[in-house]
Amino acid sequence: MNPILLSPFDVAIAAVLILVDAGLSLALRLGLHRQLVWAALRMVVQLVLVGFILRTVFALASPPVTLAVVLVMVAIAGREVAARPEQRLGRFGNYAVGGSAVAIATFLTAILALTTAIRPQPWYDPRYAIPLAGIVLGSVLNGASLALDSMLGGVLRERTAIEAQLALGVPFYQAIRGLLRASVRRGLLPIINQMSAAGIITLPGIMTGQILAGMDPLEAAKYQILLIFLLSGGAGLAAVVVVYLVAFRLTDDRQRLRIDRLTAKG
Amino acid sequence: MAPDDSGPARSPSPGVSRRPAQSAGEGSPEPRLRLVALRSALAGPFDLSLAAGTCAAIAGPSGSGKSLLLRMIADLDPNEGDVFLDGRERRGFTAPAWRRRAVYSAAEPGWWHDSVPPHFPPGAARELARALMPRLGLAATLFDSPVLRLSTGERQRLALIRALALDPPVLLLDEPTGALDQDSTAQVEAVLRERLAGGTAILIVTHSPEQAARLGQQRFRMHERRLESA
Repeated sequence: MNPILLSPFDVAIAAVLILVDAGLSLALRLGLHRQLVWAALRMVVQLVLVGFILRTVFALASPPVTLAVVLVMVAIAGREVAARPEQRLGRFGNYAVGGSAVAIATFLTAILALTTAIRPQPWYDPRYAIPLAGIVLGSVLNGASLALDSMLGGVLRERTAIEAQLALGVPFYQAIRGLLRASVRRGLLPIINQMSAAGIITLPGIMTGQILAGMDPLEAAKYQILLIFLLSGGAGLAAVVVVYLVAFRLTDDRQRLRIDRLTAKG
Repeated sequence: MAPDDSGPARSPSPGVSRRPAQSAGEGSPEPRLRLVALRSALAGPFDLSLAAGTCAAIAGPSGSGKSLLLRMIADLDPNEGDVFLDGRERRGFTAPAWRRRAVYSAAEPGWWHDSVPPHFPPGAARELARALMPRLGLAATLFDSPVLRLSTGERQRLALIRALALDPPVLLLDEPTGALDQDSTAQVEAVLRERLAGGTAILIVTHSPEQAARLGQQRFRMHERRLESA
């Protein structure tokens, strides 16, 4: 397993492609060149910075520092989940729902993988814990974000249908059941698509990376399979937590639909 | 939507419903529905007493709070004050149990399935609903058609049947004939009168003074979110 190390010059050659894109944008008057170059620069700075931070954190091998890094990642992902929908739950509900769903799903999934499947010594070794939490977070973020958006949009759209049931004496969680199901399904769709396309339409990123880094393709495939299971678990868990937390916040002790707790983004 | 606890006894006959005498007995002074200082941040306070078998009609401009009042009685919106059913306090009922006894039928009915039958609990209520359809001028075949294919008037009558099929002691009806022609309105009123004769108390919001006169023993006007005798 001898990865071919890249020199800055090797990377610079690939950067020429960005310049070609920018040139095309200028020639075709697409008006994208500024955005494109800016995004590329941002990407380089972000990734190099993360590389340095991870190198330091790995060298420290300190559990509190590892936990702090993961918590920062979780907080950023939770904020992303909260910001996506057009609607806001009162009393910072979006942040509470997004943050807790992301944290619960990420920690459960990552700890399960670290203590049962991958089993580094110790299990919280940052070299394993941080990348694993990161990749699980990506999937959790997707699942939670789609589920939250579907719940908040759906409850407004289906308000009369839900209240019609409540008015006939249907319990709240039964009246909102269809929406809960649809929202969890929506949160799980991307990972289901990813699973059915894996290897045929796309070669998944982790597997590609490990093959490029010199790993045997079959070993890389096993790793990828494990990870996709983790990603599905994380996304499903996040979506379920989101829909129940939202449902809980949209009702009260008299099983009303408290649409007044929902405000438009602004 | 299966009822989760004991509702009132259901009669299989489509029109007149007989329910067992309440604990207080016939002719007791307890009204069927009583509101005491019912209010919210948006409307009220409301005080109202409705005897079994009587109807109160509420008129008033749009936005004056008529629907708010009905929704507060059904406990669909946050509210304060007391509501009694045959002398029993509302908070003694679970929310679903209360809403099956004081059934609110919105002016703009909601539907949660593509087809009609799932909107009725299977069993006696669904049979009662089927039996009520011809009485309200609805062809029996409508029961098996998609909701989207029904006309506004057909949907409105089916929504009313949804409420009637639960055979509740109190009906809270928000413009139940707003989209109906004269004949259909007369059919609806005939069924409502049978329910009144069976002891149901009805609170009806209507824009028609004639309908208020035909049905309402008590008549009110909603003015700036307060109830005035008309």
